[in-house]
Amino acid sequence: MSLLIDNVWKEYGDQIVLERLNMEIPTGEFCAVVGPSGCGKTTFLRMLLGMEKPTRGAMLLDGKPLPDEPGPDRGIVFQRYSVYPHLTVLDNVMLPLEFERSRFFGRFFGAERRRAIGDARSCIASVGLEHAMDKYPSELSGGMQQRLAIAQTLVRRPKILLLDEPFGALDPGTKSQMHDLLLKLWQEEGMTVFMITHDLHEGFKLATRVLSFDKTRRDPQAPGAYGATVIYDLPLDDKAERKPIVEKWKRRTLETQAGMVH
Amino acid sequence: MGRRIINRHPARGSALVLGVLPFLALAVLYVTFSSLRLAENPDDKLLPALSSIGDAIHRMAFEPDQRSGRYLLWADTAASLTRLAWGLGIATLMALVTGIAVGLVPYVRAWLAPLIGVISLVPPMAILPILFIVFGLDDLSKVVLIVIGIAPFLIRDMSMRVMEMPNELLIKAQALGASTWQIVVRIILPQMLPRLIDSVRLSLGPAWLFLIAAEGIAATEGLGYRIFLVRRYLAMDVILPYVAWITLIAFLMDWGLRRLSRRIFPWISRGMA
Repeated sequence: MSLLIDNVWKEYGDQIVLERLNMEIPTGEFCAVVGPSGCGKTTFLRMLLGMEKPTRGAMLLDGKPLPDEPGPDRGIVFQRYSVYPHLTVLDNVMLPLEFERSRFFGRFFGAERRRAIGDARSCIASVGLEHAMDKYPSELSGGMQQRLAIAQTLVRRPKILLLDEPFGALDPGTKSQMHDLLLKLWQEEGMTVFMITHDLHEGFKLATRVLSFDKTRRDPQAPGAYGATVIYDLPLDDKAERKPIVEKWKRRTLETQAGMVH
Repeated sequence: MGRRIINRHPARGSALVLGVLPFLALAVLYVTFSSLRLAENPDDKLLPALSSIGDAIHRMAFEPDQRSGRYLLWADTAASLTRLAWGLGIATLMALVTGIAVGLVPYVRAWLAPLIGVISLVPPMAILPILFIVFGLDDLSKVVLIVIGIAPFLIRDMSMRVMEMPNELLIKAQALGASTWQIVVRIILPQMLPRLIDSVRLSLGPAWLFLIAAEGIAATEGLGYRIFLVRRYLAMDVILPYVAWITLIAFLMDWGLRRLSRRIFPWISRGMA
């Protein structure tokens, strides 16, 4: 059970953005993606999300290729525009459930709505927004809006959670609260997390593995000739949280291999 | 030295006075010149006295026409508003459907955007004779003129607004599991309706323009028809109140649409302050 990135390249014309990406991420790993601006971190995230296709190589989630368009198995939280301004907090969190269960109207009515409110309410409570259920996003602070974005993303329990500098615009106090919240939710849900951050300290504080992107080769005459790759792939094995993730992954790998022998 | 003029704001009361002042000036100007001309020639028709305008209003609105037995102002208003409503309604519906499809679906954009771009450059008044030939002289040709006149603008405006939407909102909806149809009904429509109402408000002026032009050329009733008809008798006492009446209706439509927009889309104004 893992996400396998097998020799992935991304090129735009003759400009190489990413090259030689190789890694296997066990399910449940919390990866911080760091690196200078313009080194392809966001492109990497967009490929995981399905907004972009790798030019070469393969990305396999539990052995199957990642779909080439966004879907409910991979959730995303952007730095901005992450919630819907025309919906209240409650309706923002109900929306994914309505997408799932009401194919035509995309909306619940009557008893079905009352039942879904219960699910949504507990999800909203888990990010601490239960007092703001009927507010519109423009009435919330930046931190509250990101809490809402996370609740909305997690309500359908994605296997992978992608975060593109989610706390970049928040003040230090709020940021630290958000860290606690994110760690709590990650431990409860056990999903794989990729989080782009410019804040190294944040990366090492939260993650069980740090992926550092940069270029290894540069041609001053042709800046696009070489792409960035993962220059440091640092598993933070001294963190206790990482041990069960790796053990579970190794056990599953062995079981699969044994299954193939039989 | 005083503050810059761009930083000085009138108080509520003085803003009201400032706003009313030009209207008062116009009224005073009219009455002055009207009485000057009438003192010279009591039969002057160009600037009729307020009393004769009042008489004309009474005649048009509250006395049945001698020939048809109808109350002309109300019959004209009903005829014009019916045509306007059909034209605006059809154009708005087209803008909603086509604009969203063009803005959201790359294949539809590749297929329809060039055509809409060319049609929007055809001067509607230039094809009015064609409309009269094809659709006859009745209401249909006038409705079609209004639609052809404003629909391309509304469609293009709507599709551009859809394309301007932050891409994150559409990506996020897909990541929450939405189908294209669900994205349209839950994300695009609610965010676009207030904008559509705004652009319909901007189209009210052109819509009236096309309506009155078409009525002036060929009709048997309607506000534009009446104005062009009585022009032959230099009946300024009828033309002026008709123009004022049209302006009032247009103003009320604009005001009504703005109120409607605020009322049914509370999320736009909430929390902004």
